[in-house]
Amino acid sequence: MSAPVLEITNLHKRFGDLEVLKGIDLTMHKGDVVSLIGSSGSGKTTLLRCVNLLEQYEDGVVSISGEQIGYTIKNGKRILLPEKQIARQRAMTGMAFQHFNLFPHMTAIRNVMLGLVKTRGMDKDQAHSTAEQWLQRVGMHERRNHFPGQLSGGQQQRVAIARAIAMNPQLMLFDEVTSALDPELVNEVLSVVRDLANDGMTMLLVTHEMQFAHDVSSKIIFMQDGTIGEEGPPEQLFRHPKSERLAEFLKSSKF
Amino acid sequence: MELLQASQAIWGARWPIVEGIGNTLFISMISILVGTILGVMVGLLLTYGNKFVRFFVRVYSDFLRGTPVFVLILACFYILSVIGIQLTAIQAGIFALTLFCSSHVGEIVRGALQAIPRGQTEAAKSVGLTFRTTFFSVLLPQALRQILPTWVNTATEIVKASTLLSIIGVVELLLSVQQVISRTYLSLELYFFAGLMFFLINFTIEKIGRFVERKVAIPT
Amino acid sequence: MEYNFNFAAVWRDFDLLMAGLGLGLILAVVSIAIGCLIGLLAAFGMLSRNRILRFASTAYVSAIRNTPILVLILFTFFALPQLGIRFGKIESFIITLSVYSGAYLTEVFRAGLIALPSGIREAGLSIGLTEFRTKLYLIVPVMFRNVLPSLSNNFISLFKDTSLAAAIAVPELTFYARKINVETFRVIETWLVASLLYVVACYIIAAILRRVETRLANPG
Repeated sequence: MSAPVLEITNLHKRFGDLEVLKGIDLTMHKGDVVSLIGSSGSGKTTLLRCVNLLEQYEDGVVSISGEQIGYTIKNGKRILLPEKQIARQRAMTGMAFQHFNLFPHMTAIRNVMLGLVKTRGMDKDQAHSTAEQWLQRVGMHERRNHFPGQLSGGQQQRVAIARAIAMNPQLMLFDEVTSALDPELVNEVLSVVRDLANDGMTMLLVTHEMQFAHDVSSKIIFMQDGTIGEEGPPEQLFRHPKSERLAEFLKSSKF
Repeated sequence: MELLQASQAIWGARWPIVEGIGNTLFISMISILVGTILGVMVGLLLTYGNKFVRFFVRVYSDFLRGTPVFVLILACFYILSVIGIQLTAIQAGIFALTLFCSSHVGEIVRGALQAIPRGQTEAAKSVGLTFRTTFFSVLLPQALRQILPTWVNTATEIVKASTLLSIIGVVELLLSVQQVISRTYLSLELYFFAGLMFFLINFTIEKIGRFVERKVAIPT
Repeated sequence: MEYNFNFAAVWRDFDLLMAGLGLGLILAVVSIAIGCLIGLLAAFGMLSRNRILRFASTAYVSAIRNTPILVLILFTFFALPQLGIRFGKIESFIITLSVYSGAYLTEVFRAGLIALPSGIREAGLSIGLTEFRTKLYLIVPVMFRNVLPSLSNNFISLFKDTSLAAAIAVPELTFYARKINVETFRVIETWLVASLLYVVACYIIAAILRRVETRLANPG
């Protein structure tokens, strides 16, 4: 069997005195869709950002398809890889952000093309057609020449997802992609994510949309105080929570 | 009539005055150009440099911004020759204005870079861009748009400050007009004329600035 | 480079430099006070419904801001006497600097006035104050506190501009520095001390003004 797409072992992360991740283990295989749920401050987003190397961490190993990312061991010491390596490894995963983070000075299609040209080394034409394809997939082809400021939140988020996924990542990370949206715009984004899941994309999501997490996930992880409180298939976790904490959390999220 | 006399005096000295205008434009353009390039570096170091680098660049910038341009020009003019750097008055003046420009542009650039949301860098990183590419493709284009109005303002400040070079004997626009005054004693009309010329130069710069601003504005 | 530092000559005349610094401060304080009055009037002029007032204020601001201050200083001191308007050099400089700062302050006040919620004016009128008293007792004080930070910046650059009074032989810091420079030839020491005095003075003024700002800021 090939190496898992994502393998996290014993991940520790602290912000100053505050330990936000206290030894996380997680393994994902191709096609897995894992949702991280839990109250704010439980470490969900930090976990996601560690996988994309947007945060450095103190201890533990994160591997993508068998390659340890971010760090290497030299003379028994754990050292950060050089920037070029890290940049390459970041592109193995795609990230969609809560606030989209589109580049405001570029049209939708330029946003998607930037990584293709600069990181993947595609020529302009190739990048253009790849970008068009993905914008088509998220239903944004018609507005490919619009600037982010001319798009609604939902449309911006769809472009942002296309930007990440066009890089052909082995794993997609979604960080509360609907939290900053007006309620009526949530569904257009969720349906894009759902489509990707149905296509077999390996995905790790942080979400507050419990029904959505229930529907698309192969596994749910309930984070609590920087540890994994409970994990399992959605049906089991949502219907038969073992711990009082999870039961309470589910009740408060109106599932 | 004095106005007629003044017009005649200006017309008679038209070539020296044109040369003066040429010098003013030359001094300003070089100072703004080199000062801006230096200033972008200053801004970069102030934003991304390590503690040590930041400290020294901060001292450089604060010192230059705390000193009046006039003092800066006099200091450069007198000091450089004493320490064995033989510059003409115009070169020393351009040197001073360039330093002045670099510190101001540096602060503007720092402000603009710090105002760009962190998410921009993170998004660029997440598609695998290195810092270099992130800077040139994502951060700088946004920062430049933001600094444009203030930068144009700095450019007009430099044009105005270039008049101070007349005091160290550089025959720029003001001194070329003053030379006419010393012959004709028509100070009212001629100082007014000098003021008008500077007004026109700066007015043009501002208009061009507005035009470019509109051209590069991000549609919303 | 062979240069032996010797600060003794500069120290001997240090009290002159300090006196010059003091005069510069006084010039700046008086000028910004008058400039505030001019700026307030012009700002209301810019926002008035009267076309002529609007045009006059806009023309004033645009003309002054685009003209080098040195030209204005020389114009007031050397050219106006041609019309029979004669001042001593200090009065002449204060007039120039006031008119000059007034143009910049107009922009500051105008922005401040525009940013005020219209509720303030309506509240004043509704308790029976006249339009003028509403302005005097409500609008101006509230706006003034809001624009204090810009006012501080303006004051500091005005203080640096007092160095230009040396051009008409007003005995402030730069004037004495040039004098010491010529008399002692301690070039580096003179200009180093002079610019340091400016930098330190600016630094102290900025620190004081920041405290005043927080003290006077509109609560909340």
